[in-house]
Amino acid sequence: MPLLETENVTKQYRKHLALDKLSMSVPEQSIYGLLGPNGAGKTTLLRIINQITAPDEGTVELDGHRISRKDLAHIGYLPEERGLYKKMKVGEQALYLARLKGLNKQDAIKGLKEWFTKLEIIDWWDKKVEELSKGMQQKIQFVTTILHKPKLLIFDEPFSGFDPINAKLLKEEILKLREDGATIIFSTHNMSSVEEMCDHITLIDRSRSILEGRVDKIRNEWAAHEYEVVFRNTVNVANNSHYEVLNTETNNDKTTVRIKSDGQKDVNGIIRDMTDSGQLISFNPALPSMNEIFIRVVEANKNN
Amino acid sequence: MGNISTIISREYSTRVKKKSFIIMTLLTPLIFVAFFLVPILIMGNEDKEFKKIAVIEDGTNLFKGVIRDRDDADFVYLENTDVNSLKNTFEEAGYYGILYISPVVTNVPQAVQLISKKQPPMDLLNYIERTLETDIENKKLKAYNIEDIDKILKSVQTDVSVQTIRIDDEGEAKETNTGVSMVLAYVGAFLMYMIVLLFGVQVMRGVFEEKNNRIVEVIISSVKPVELMMGKIIGIALVGLTQFAVWILLSFAILTVVKSTVLPDDPQQISEQITSSVMSQTGVDPDSEQLQEVLDLSAQEKEFARLFNNLMNVNWPLILTSFFFYFIFGYLLYASVFAAVGSAVDTDSDTQQFMFPIMLPIILGLFVAMGTMENPESSLAFWFSMIPFTSPIVMMARIPFEVPIWEVIVSVVVLIATFIGFIYLSAKIYRVGILMHGKKVTYKEMWKWIRYKG
Repeated sequence: MPLLETENVTKQYRKHLALDKLSMSVPEQSIYGLLGPNGAGKTTLLRIINQITAPDEGTVELDGHRISRKDLAHIGYLPEERGLYKKMKVGEQALYLARLKGLNKQDAIKGLKEWFTKLEIIDWWDKKVEELSKGMQQKIQFVTTILHKPKLLIFDEPFSGFDPINAKLLKEEILKLREDGATIIFSTHNMSSVEEMCDHITLIDRSRSILEGRVDKIRNEWAAHEYEVVFRNTVNVANNSHYEVLNTETNNDKTTVRIKSDGQKDVNGIIRDMTDSGQLISFNPALPSMNEIFIRVVEANKNN
Repeated sequence: MGNISTIISREYSTRVKKKSFIIMTLLTPLIFVAFFLVPILIMGNEDKEFKKIAVIEDGTNLFKGVIRDRDDADFVYLENTDVNSLKNTFEEAGYYGILYISPVVTNVPQAVQLISKKQPPMDLLNYIERTLETDIENKKLKAYNIEDIDKILKSVQTDVSVQTIRIDDEGEAKETNTGVSMVLAYVGAFLMYMIVLLFGVQVMRGVFEEKNNRIVEVIISSVKPVELMMGKIIGIALVGLTQFAVWILLSFAILTVVKSTVLPDDPQQISEQITSSVMSQTGVDPDSEQLQEVLDLSAQEKEFARLFNNLMNVNWPLILTSFFFYFIFGYLLYASVFAAVGSAVDTDSDTQQFMFPIMLPIILGLFVAMGTMENPESSLAFWFSMIPFTSPIVMMARIPFEVPIWEVIVSVVVLIATFIGFIYLSAKIYRVGILMHGKKVTYKEMWKWIRYKG
């Protein structure tokens, strides 16, 4: 059962159609990637879910009912364009944002202190925001987004501004939140994090959904009989009637060859051909990266 | 409502805790009181040194003994002394100065000279002038050989200082003072102008700050944009009210202390004595103890007392109540417009083009208010005190001159209605504006935002 479902959501700004009949279904306890080039309409969709703007047509349902302002207490939203009051103290500010989400003061302080300790920013509690690095500000924003234990979390580019160590920390926390029952929508341009974390995606381009589904399924569909073969020493694989060699790379006594088969010959046959060519180290289906799929789908859509 | 009060308390506490706010709030009444006090203290500290003054007449003996000694000065009449010889030596002889009276004095006013090393106090000069004038007048009258002239002169001796008494609707007479009304009108109008501008601009800055540092999207994913806007406007209004409450309390406290230390007697009592003795009987017994007591006071003390009494007789409840209402609704009206501007603009410099049309009625209001003091019943004053954008300033300038209460009520009602209309429009602009970046905003654009739905 989906936690969030949008159906035919359409939003028209004066001269520009921001969303065109967008339907999307976010399964409960999944991590759902919302992909697409800049200006595709992702932020508009997220704002509609957060009821910052209203759709012209279509519906948004949460937990089987039409979403309303009451549901905002169960949603955590970290917008892409996010900031903090620069002159306000960190602790006061986090408390303020938590209270706006409906937490009472005692619970909010207790929760904030726990999270601040966990993310190692507790020493900054009484400092002003302007004294903090960008990464620390991002941590504070992350904490205030999740503090009220929302069942739906929406992150818009959550990793921008984080160094690799903190990005890893954040990823782990997001995965933990999912284990604890939260459903996560996250919008990003960072395709490696999509491969790493997302179960499902929707790719929006020019106001429409042009690709959606499970990440592993999509990658398999786009794999199109490509394989990556690694040999010991220098090996030269020639084209054959059943496959063509896309790429050959040799270094450190290893040769990596990428081949694309025509799909007529079974994998066993190809492997036999390969073992004939040299000493095999590994043979793997080469899944296209989400990055490749993104570029190919969007380029194809442009040519339509 | 829970959210809006959270927002109000943030807007309030972050501002009230600022050092600049605390300093401004505490210092202003001190400056205000000093403004009143310094002239008083200067007057009180006048040259109190005892002066011996030589009086020399050229040839005649007309004024011997005419100028009587005072607490701070003795007048020594020197016969047969040459003014020129004394000019260089009067100081060594122990004199403060020489009062030289030429015989032509009866016709030429400039015929009297006070020669001294220091600048003589105003008060002393006045005393000499008055005494000589009276004496010369009396002498001239006597020249007509009227019977019982001395008695007549004594009984006609008068001192006039106009007191304005206004009768209120209950028929109660109160002494009023146009000067006091003027000052109150000026202060009221100017304060209103300051409030609208000072706190209105704070609202604009606050909105602009939230838009610019991009916290706004986080907040409006929890609360409605209009709640955020109203929370800010109300929070800043409370900051303003706090400031005024502190100002009023501190000013009264300081004035009370000053009154009991600087002023010699209870000014209210003195003033009442003056008024009652004047009002109660027409044929006052000049020797009555009460009147004598009053007449014994120095002119300066009497003036103080009267001023104080005039201040007490002002219709404070009306002025303070109207001030409160005009403060609230005048501020709310302008604050909503300022909030819309703060939400619409993208850079600080963009605010300029929108500031002008807002500033125009504020400044116009102040100008009309200044003119109003000359003629509070003029039709210009009337209409500008009804038009909502100028009414807070202009009406505050009219009220000290006693305005019919219905005019005040109508004006406030119109103001409230306008405020409601404007807050509605501003909320619509605000809602779109705070999320709009990288676009040069025009009036046409804002009008489109107003018509957006949802």
